[in-house]
Parts: sequence; structure tokens; C-alpha cells
Amino acid sequence: MENQEQLFTISIYTENNIGLLNRISAIFQRRHVNIESINGSASEIEEVSKWTILVNITEENMKKIIGQIEKQVEVIKAYYHSDDETIYQESCLFKIESDLLFEEPQIQNIIKESNARIVTVNKEFFVLEKSGRRSEVDLLYRELSAHGILQFNRSGRIAVTKEPMEISKMLEALNS
Amino acid sequence: MIMKEHAIRDTPTLSTVTEKISGAEAIIKCFLAEDVDTVFGYPGGAIMPLYDKLYGYQKELKHVLTRHEQGATHAAQGYARISNKVGVCIATSGPGATNLITGLADAMIDSTPMVCITGQVASHLLGTDAFQETDIIGISTPVTKWNAQVTKAADIPKVLAKAFYIAQSGRPGPVLIDITKDAQFEEFYFAYEKCKSIRSYVPVPDTDLQTVKDAAHLINKAQKPMVIWGQGVVLSEAEKELQLMIEKAGIPAAWTILGASAIPTSHLLNVGMVGMHGNYAPNLLTNECDVLIAIGMRFDDRVTGDLSRYATQAKVIHFEIDPSEVNKNVKADIAVLGDAKNTLGLLLPYLEEKKHPEWLAQFNALYEIEVEKVIKEDMAPSVDGITMAEVIQQINLRSDSKAAIVSDVGQHQMIACRYASYKQTRSNITSGGLGTMGFALPAAIGAKMAVPNRDVVAVIGDGGYQMTIQELGTIFQTKVPVKIVVLNNEFLGMVRQWQQLFFDKRYASTEMTNPDFIKIAEGYHIKAKQVTDRNDLAGAVEEMMNSDEAYFLEVRVQKEGNVFPMIPTGASVSEVRLQ
Repeated sequence: MENQEQLFTISIYTENNIGLLNRISAIFQRRHVNIESINGSASEIEEVSKWTILVNITEENMKKIIGQIEKQVEVIKAYYHSDDETIYQESCLFKIESDLLFEEPQIQNIIKESNARIVTVNKEFFVLEKSGRRSEVDLLYRELSAHGILQFNRSGRIAVTKEPMEISKMLEALNS
Repeated sequence: MIMKEHAIRDTPTLSTVTEKISGAEAIIKCFLAEDVDTVFGYPGGAIMPLYDKLYGYQKELKHVLTRHEQGATHAAQGYARISNKVGVCIATSGPGATNLITGLADAMIDSTPMVCITGQVASHLLGTDAFQETDIIGISTPVTKWNAQVTKAADIPKVLAKAFYIAQSGRPGPVLIDITKDAQFEEFYFAYEKCKSIRSYVPVPDTDLQTVKDAAHLINKAQKPMVIWGQGVVLSEAEKELQLMIEKAGIPAAWTILGASAIPTSHLLNVGMVGMHGNYAPNLLTNECDVLIAIGMRFDDRVTGDLSRYATQAKVIHFEIDPSEVNKNVKADIAVLGDAKNTLGLLLPYLEEKKHPEWLAQFNALYEIEVEKVIKEDMAPSVDGITMAEVIQQINLRSDSKAAIVSDVGQHQMIACRYASYKQTRSNITSGGLGTMGFALPAAIGAKMAVPNRDVVAVIGDGGYQMTIQELGTIFQTKVPVKIVVLNNEFLGMVRQWQQLFFDKRYASTEMTNPDFIKIAEGYHIKAKQVTDRNDLAGAVEEMMNSDEAYFLEVRVQKEGNVFPMIPTGASVSEVRLQ
């Protein structure tokens, strides 16, 4: 198992400083590991950033990379989790010609069945938003592409873990 | 990506006087607050405000003008390696900054505490491809422990305090601080507080006492224990603890190239160097020991050879300060995290007094084989040409083994480390991890400046010497009395050796047509002598060691001498070759 590649969701809590993304991504680059997706945002802790990185890698290498990430001065804590240890989602936006919405009954069915949400509609185009797992987003993409998509954009994975993260307690201790 | 000014939340501890000064002067005051007495550097446009202020602080702070920024980094490294202080260097933006990269990479992989200050174009020009602008933060990120750009004078004290703290705490490393020209000019109320902690940074992991007890238990039970120590012992100043430990438990102890000199060469339990060109016994017996105790070393591939056939029979105990090194290359059965001085100190009372005479005798028997097959011919050759080992032997004799030997990279480096006899720690300064040719000459300058009362001898090949030969100018200008020995075989010897052994003697671009090194040294008014005859060697080394000034000695050595033992790439330590 340790030597089989699998998807891991990495969660990295860091100070909110310039250049840190470069420092973290360099660790993957050095080991010739491709990043499937990356998302940077605020975390549940004030002034602490959270990076969510998705990679396909062996667990043995995952552990080594986590060690090298944690070693960075401005990284507070890094974790890795398998898919069944996390609740994860991706989000995507489709821009589609408005005519299709009214003239193509299929489109309305697709929207209903996929639980996608219409964000905006105007004379030229409408924008559809869908959050879910990669397979759901991919399915929606395939269905809509048959009718024509003007623009498509998908976010990186965002995730929370089923088990509590101990980071808040750790920070309390550090700050006290 | 969210971008913000550097958030620094360090606890203030020590306040100094408050006065309004420029950012440039603040940099100097930070240096002085960190007890910096010497900096190495090279001026240029974007760093001129700092140089202007240095002019007024010549009494308090010595600035050494090297002839190239790379020389400044290696000098700072030599300074740090021999003294355990932070090496400081200064460069301008653009090419000045990029010239630091080799030294930064070297300091990063060899864990050398260093702070580099670079000037940067004014903040309003950042990102515009301004004259001598380069993204040195981006470029230096993978080769620094930490780096940061400063665009406001008021940030200088906190960022520099953090820089010095990070460079020397935990596992040391290089830090680069890039300071825009306008921040150097800007005036502000200066106050300095040393940094004592950073919330996201754990320099030394907590030691779990149970792991220490487990380690002791394993060592006490061992029949054939073996220690391999590395630079971690030197960096944590754990030489005494290491010696007490191996003496109490009766453990033969070998060293990595950067661990050299932590325990005297003559110590009965010191069984020599491990690795590609290490000694025969410790390499072979790595694969026979029952407990392998690694202390402050990182199982570099040059140490282990083929990992899948490395010490697989042994239980491995790893004493290590950097958790990311544990299980990186060799799986540890017991990992004792923490600073070696502390963890070895904790271990001592749990160790039983033991001797392993039969096991030690195995080392000695194999050493005798190495003497017969390699060392005899190296030390007392049956042919005319002088060997590199003879020169090292003369340096041992004429310096009473007290000189610090600064070696470059290649055959002479392996010979210097194999044959130097050390009596005191921090006597071996060399580029281990990065293997930077050109390291030795500037590093020797920095080392000698850090400890003027010690003899510092640079041992360099004719190839590496010409990579930083311009630093002779620094020696001439500063009158720093370093001794320089160039072992000239008119070849890039190590590459030639590989070509001979593995590439059918196709000597592609390894033969060197060299200049007259004596004239070059004399051009810089440095005393110089060339030795071509064995009979002149002892006298010449004697004269060099007795010289109060800098001295250049060129020794013409065998053109095609080889370094053995040798573990070919991809081979196991068991396959160490004697010829």
C-alpha cells in the first residue's frame, strides 16, 4: 500500500506571507511530483492561511514531502489524508449561450438533474454553478459540451477532514 | 494567492537605544547587535547606501572586499564553519545577487549558518525589469532556509533579527534578505530586539525520553554496534558527549566527510571515514554490524551506496535534529529526535560499560588490508611521482596536526580527508553535499579571519583553484596569512579517474593546460614555491607552515593517481574496491 500511488489531500496551515507558495511548490517540483490541484484561502484561524493540495503519490513519498513542507519556517502544520478521511468538493462555472436555455429542453433537464445552480442570466448568456465531486462535475461537463459551452472553469479541491484538526489547540499553546 | 507584508510576531526580549537613522545604518546596527565583527561582500548600485554607512563603521565592523560575490559566500561559510558563528555577506542586486546562489546552495546542503544581504532596486521599480533587477527571492527560495524582501526601513530590525535567529537555530542554514534601495535610504526610529522564537518554527524537536531508553537498551544488547557520526555532532558541539558515549559503550565509530575531526584521528575507537572514498573497514562492516547508530548524519547517497543493500541486517538508531531526515533514506528502528549534545547527554547514564574487543579487531584487521593495498603506496610510493597523500602527511607533521584543512572538491579532497590527522574539532572545512569546486580558497580566507590564531591550510586541485583564483586579490589586499597548497596533476583528476574506470579511458575535457601558478601568485605579491621533487617536499611544507604571511605552494603530483578505496556508483558498501 505504501508503494502504490494514490490520491492524497494535503492541508497546510501557514503564516500569510509573500513567497510561501513558491517555497511549498518547489518541494513538489524537486521531487518531480505533479500537483493535481491547489487551493489557497483563509483557514478557520485568524491570520492563518490554508493550502489544499491534491497529489497522486505513494504514501511513503507523501510522508517525506510532508516532513519537508513542515520544515519550512513559516509552515505551522501540514497534514495528509486519503479520500475516505475527508469531505471534499470542487466547484465549477459554465458560461452558456442563453438561447440554449430556452430552445433546448434537454438543458433544463440537465440543470435539474445535476443540482446545478443558475448564477445569472442575461440576453446573451447564462452562468451555471455546480459544486460536487470530480465525477459529478465531469459528467455535467460532458452533458453540456454536447450543446456548446462558451467558457468553463473548475476550482481546485477544497476539503475538511472527518476527524478534528489539532491545529487550533496547537496554536493556542504557541501563542500563549 | 493572498499577499501581505511580512507578519512577524516574535516576542521582544532585548531593547536598545531609540534614534532616527537610515535603513542602511540600521542594517549595520543589527549586525553589531548580533555580535558580527566581519562581513564579506562586494558593492554595487543598489547596495550603495549600505556601503556608504559601512564607511563610517570601519572600526566596529570589518568589511572584506572579495573579488567575486561567490567568494564572499564561501568566505562567510569558512568563517561560520570554523567558528560556529553566523557568516555574513553583502551583495548588490542583479548579478551581485545571482552570484551568491552557489554559496547559498552549498550552505543549505551543508547546514551552514549564513545571512546574506542583497540590495534591490527601489520598491517603485520592482517587477519592471529595471537595471540590475532580478527576482532574487524567487531564485534563492529553494537554496535558503528562509528569505524575505524588505521594502520599508521600519521592517529591517525585525526581519534581520529573524534572519539571524533562523540561520543559527536548530539545523542551521543560509538566509537571504533582499532590501530595496529606498528602504536603505528611508529614516526611522531604530530599536532592536533579538528574536527568540517564531510560532510556526520548531528549531529543535522535543526529545522523547522513551526513545533514548529504547536506544540504550538496543546498544546495551548489541554484540557488534557501530556509530556513524556526521556534522550534527560538530554543529551541536557534542564532541565530548560523543567521545564519552563511544568510550563507555566501547563502540567503533566512523565519520562522514563533514563529521571529520570531531574526535581525534588517533582515538582507538575512531575507525575512519565512511562513504564512496572512505576507509575499507567501516564501509564493509556497515553491512555486518548488528546495531547502527547514526548521529547527526543524513545517510547521503555518497555514504550509503545502494540503499537496498545498505545495513539491512542492522537495527538502525538515528539521532537527528531534523525530523524530515528520519526515514528519508534509511528506515530507523528508533529515532531519537533532538539536539545531539542533549540527546547523547541523556543517553549516557543508560549505557552499560562495555567493550567489544573482537568486533574492534575486525576493524583493525581490515585496516591492515587497506594499509597493504592502498595506504603504503599512497604514503611511501614505489614510483617517482609525488602522491597527494604524501603532501597531506607533510602538513600533518609540520603543523603538529593542529592546522585546519580547508579542501576543495575532487581527488585531493578525498585524500585530504582520508589522510589528515586531526587533533581538534572544526579542523576540516570542505564542501560536502554540493561538491562546489572553487570553495576552498575563499573559505580558507574566511576561516583564517574567524580564528587568526589557528593555522589554516587550503588544499586545492589545479581545477578548483582556477574557479576562484581571483580571491588571491583578497589575500593580497587584506594580508590574511592563509597557506595555499595546490596539488597539480594537470587533470580534473576525479573525473579523469571515472573516465579511466568507467568510460574506457576516454579523457574528454579533463586534461588542463595550466598557467604558471607561481607567477600568478607572485603577481599578487604572495610568497610562492613549486615542488616537483619528493626530496624538496618536507622543506617546502616546513617553510610554508613557518611563514607569517600568506604562502602559496604548488606541488606537482602524479598525473594519473587514483583514489582508493572506492565504492562505484550504484554498488553496495560491501563492494568497496581497493584497486
